[in-house]
Amino acid sequence: MVELVTEFVLEARGLRKSFGGQEVLKGVDLAVRERELVFVIGPSGSGKSTLLRCCNRLEEPDGGHVLVGGVDLMARGTDINAMRRRVGMVFQSFNLYPHMTALGNVSLALRKVVGRPRRAAGEEALAALDRVGLAAKAASYPAQLSGGQQQRVAIARALALQPQIMLFDEPTSALDPELVGDVLRTMRELSASGMTMLVVSHEMRFARDAADRVVFMDGGAIVEEGTPAAIFGQPFAERTRAFLGELAR
Amino acid sequence: MSAFAAQFLDLSIMWQAAPLIRRGLGTTLLLCAIVIPLGLAGGLGVALLSLAPSRLVRWPLAVAVDVFRAVPPLVLLIFVYAGLPFAGLRPSPIEAVAIAFFLNTSSYYGEIFRAGLGSIGRGQSEAARSTGLTGAQTLAYVVLPQAVRNVLPDLMSNTVEAVKLTSLGSVVALPELLYSADMARSLTYNASPLILAGAIYLAILWPLVRLISRFENRPAGDTALG
Repeated sequence: MVELVTEFVLEARGLRKSFGGQEVLKGVDLAVRERELVFVIGPSGSGKSTLLRCCNRLEEPDGGHVLVGGVDLMARGTDINAMRRRVGMVFQSFNLYPHMTALGNVSLALRKVVGRPRRAAGEEALAALDRVGLAAKAASYPAQLSGGQQQRVAIARALALQPQIMLFDEPTSALDPELVGDVLRTMRELSASGMTMLVVSHEMRFARDAADRVVFMDGGAIVEEGTPAAIFGQPFAERTRAFLGELAR
Repeated sequence: MSAFAAQFLDLSIMWQAAPLIRRGLGTTLLLCAIVIPLGLAGGLGVALLSLAPSRLVRWPLAVAVDVFRAVPPLVLLIFVYAGLPFAGLRPSPIEAVAIAFFLNTSSYYGEIFRAGLGSIGRGQSEAARSTGLTGAQTLAYVVLPQAVRNVLPDLMSNTVEAVKLTSLGSVVALPELLYSADMARSLTYNASPLILAGAIYLAILWPLVRLISRFENRPAGDTALG
């Protein structure tokens, strides 16, 4: 495994991806520094989810490179399963395993991927659940939890593997409005604790308050990026202004 | 009425036939222990192969599954037992039953497993893979347990059919339950042993059938098993 020296936790270089002739990523470059919270915004179909899903190769890029801690995920000798441990992912629809308790959901990969014995895995899983404020729900099944609680369990599931970066794919889009706050609070705490995060979301207020950097994507390419103040205050590109204006209506 | 009882419900004749029928039951259970696990394993294999990306795998498999579901199992059995010798292969009765019913039951089990796997959304395996689980681990711990749960009544129904299927072994002179009972019938010149055999099938399968009905009547969305 070739490790390159890099100041970035995650680096996408020239990512390309097409679905059936339709190019959804047109050579995207994006880098995330340690402890940074980067927000990706843009109209639907702009390629932001695909970009995120290429970052752990759930989606196979057609071209380009993804580096995590300097390791090229696309390189032939890279053990992708080992690398995925280092890239946590949280999905829009939670995707908890319905046949396992919250504790079972969080400890599965600890046991089967990291190789912890059942008991140690249980303790680490419980600690992760505690970090999202759900230690008391360890024995509950997903169906017994609210949407917000399910999403926090999903965060704990990724968190338990001690990833170098966490990817959030529209983590609050499937939630009832009154449940969004809990998830955002958990994400904010996570960021405050030093977790590196790349977030695709429509929660503009959260982006404004919590993000270090906001990236605006449209048509499979990054249009502009900058601090929340810059992007929301004085967007440079016409398309960014149009998108934000559309949201404000 | 007593004439009827004498012909069908003669306990002393049933008692006389008991040793023969006990051996027959043993053979039937042995056949079940061969046919059901083979069918389940083959069915799972069929279902997984049917998800293969290559058409060169999927299409011949789909044809084979259709053929083995459409051909009557008795035809299949007689072909394996009496037809294969013309090709120089001489399977014993038990081998013939194992081969013929493997082809039949694994095709049915395969369709059931396929429906079960299809009922699990892609998000489940994506979540599992995103935590570093391999494809095989994802299948074993995440997808398959849910898939099996979703099609459990169908798997059980097909298992009932597989148990009943073993009675066809009598056609190739395999001394299973039905064959033994029929032999006792001809020895005693009385139908009571057949009634006894029927009662044994009933005793084995009725609880299963009841259980299936209970699963099928549970409210939609309730996945708890007990």
